[in-house]
Parts: sequence; structure tokens; C-alpha cells
Amino acid sequence: MIASHRQPGFVAALLHRLSGVALAVFLPLHFLALATALRGADAMDRLLAITQTPVLKFAEVALVLALAMHMTLGLRVLAIEFLPIRERTAAAVSLSLAAAVAIGLVFLLNVG
Amino acid sequence: MLFVAQRATAFVLAFAVAVHLATIIYAERGGLTAAEILARTQGNGWFLALYLVFVTAVAIHAPIGLRNVVREWSRWRADSLDLALAAFSILLLILGVTATLAMFIP
Repeated sequence: MIASHRQPGFVAALLHRLSGVALAVFLPLHFLALATALRGADAMDRLLAITQTPVLKFAEVALVLALAMHMTLGLRVLAIEFLPIRERTAAAVSLSLAAAVAIGLVFLLNVG
Repeated sequence: MLFVAQRATAFVLAFAVAVHLATIIYAERGGLTAAEILARTQGNGWFLALYLVFVTAVAIHAPIGLRNVVREWSRWRADSLDLALAAFSILLLILGVTATLAMFIP
């Protein structure tokens, strides 16, 4: 592994990008699913029933985690760019990831 | 220009995504049948406005982010990349607005 790749900033940038790509792929499907409401509550319920399978429940938790992670790591980028913060990158990355995981866990416990 | 648009929408999205995450968690508690969801959303003007802003910001933010990733991780830098992502932006906007109106307009 290249030394610079072990830096917290690299890990943060990689996770930020991967979560962003995952969200971009998911978004059109999410919008199409929500648009089933146009065909009535029954059509939407049939779709919601499909999302109750374990695989899709897992994917749902992963997507909430990806959304939370993309948000918190994005806030880190905005803070670095727009606030006089230049140090403590490791702490900022850890805080971002911890906040994202906390949101994911709240969702997971809520779902369960 | 793209950088400014990306950062400006990021500020909007920071707020919108935080609200959306809270809504997702609340919605799971409030019940996830279509009737329960639509009863909460339909006729809610404030949330309709918020989600229309959310969808518009996403339709700008996501393609610019993808453009950065594709340009860094691949050799695709031609005009066709910008065209493809402009099309993706329009697709997101159309699908997003349709989904929002479906959820919030009775």
C-alpha cells in the first residue's frame, strides 16, 4: 500500500467517493419506486413487500449508512474549505465516520 | 463554475439530507404501509417544497461528483462524458420531481 494511501484524508476521500457513486446508482431506482404511488397505494404496497426480503433490508441499511457517510464526510470537506480548519484530519475523519455509523445503527435498531 | 455549483448544492444537501435521514428513521416507526406513508406526506406543503429543492440540488450535485470520479479514475474526458452526465442530470430531475409530486400531491 502506498504510504499516502494510509493517510486518514485518503481513506475519507475514497469512502466519500464510493458512497457518492453508490447513491448516484441507487437514486433513479429510488425515484422510480416512489413514483409507483402514482398508480395507487396498492401498487406501492406490492413494491414495499418486496423490500422486506433480508437481502433488500441489508441493502437498505447499507444505503442509509452510505447516505449518512456521504453527508458527514461532505461536511468535513466543507469545513476544511470554508472554515479555518487545517489540522486534526484524523479526528475529523473519525468523527465523520462515527456520526455516520451512529445514524446507521439508529436506523438498524429502528428497523429491527 | 462546476466547483461553485457543487459546493453550493452541498450546503443545501447537508441540511436536506439531515432532514431526510431523520424522516427515514421516523417513517420506519410510524409504519411503512403505502397508506401510512401517503397519509403523512400528501398535502404537506413544506415538505413538498423541501423535497423539490432537495431533488433539484441532487440533480446538480450528483452528476458533477460523478464527473470528477470518472475523470480521475478513467480516461473518459471527452465531450461525450459531459453530455452523458447532462443527460443523467435531466433524468434525475425528471424522475425526482415525478416521485416528489407522486408522494406529496393528493
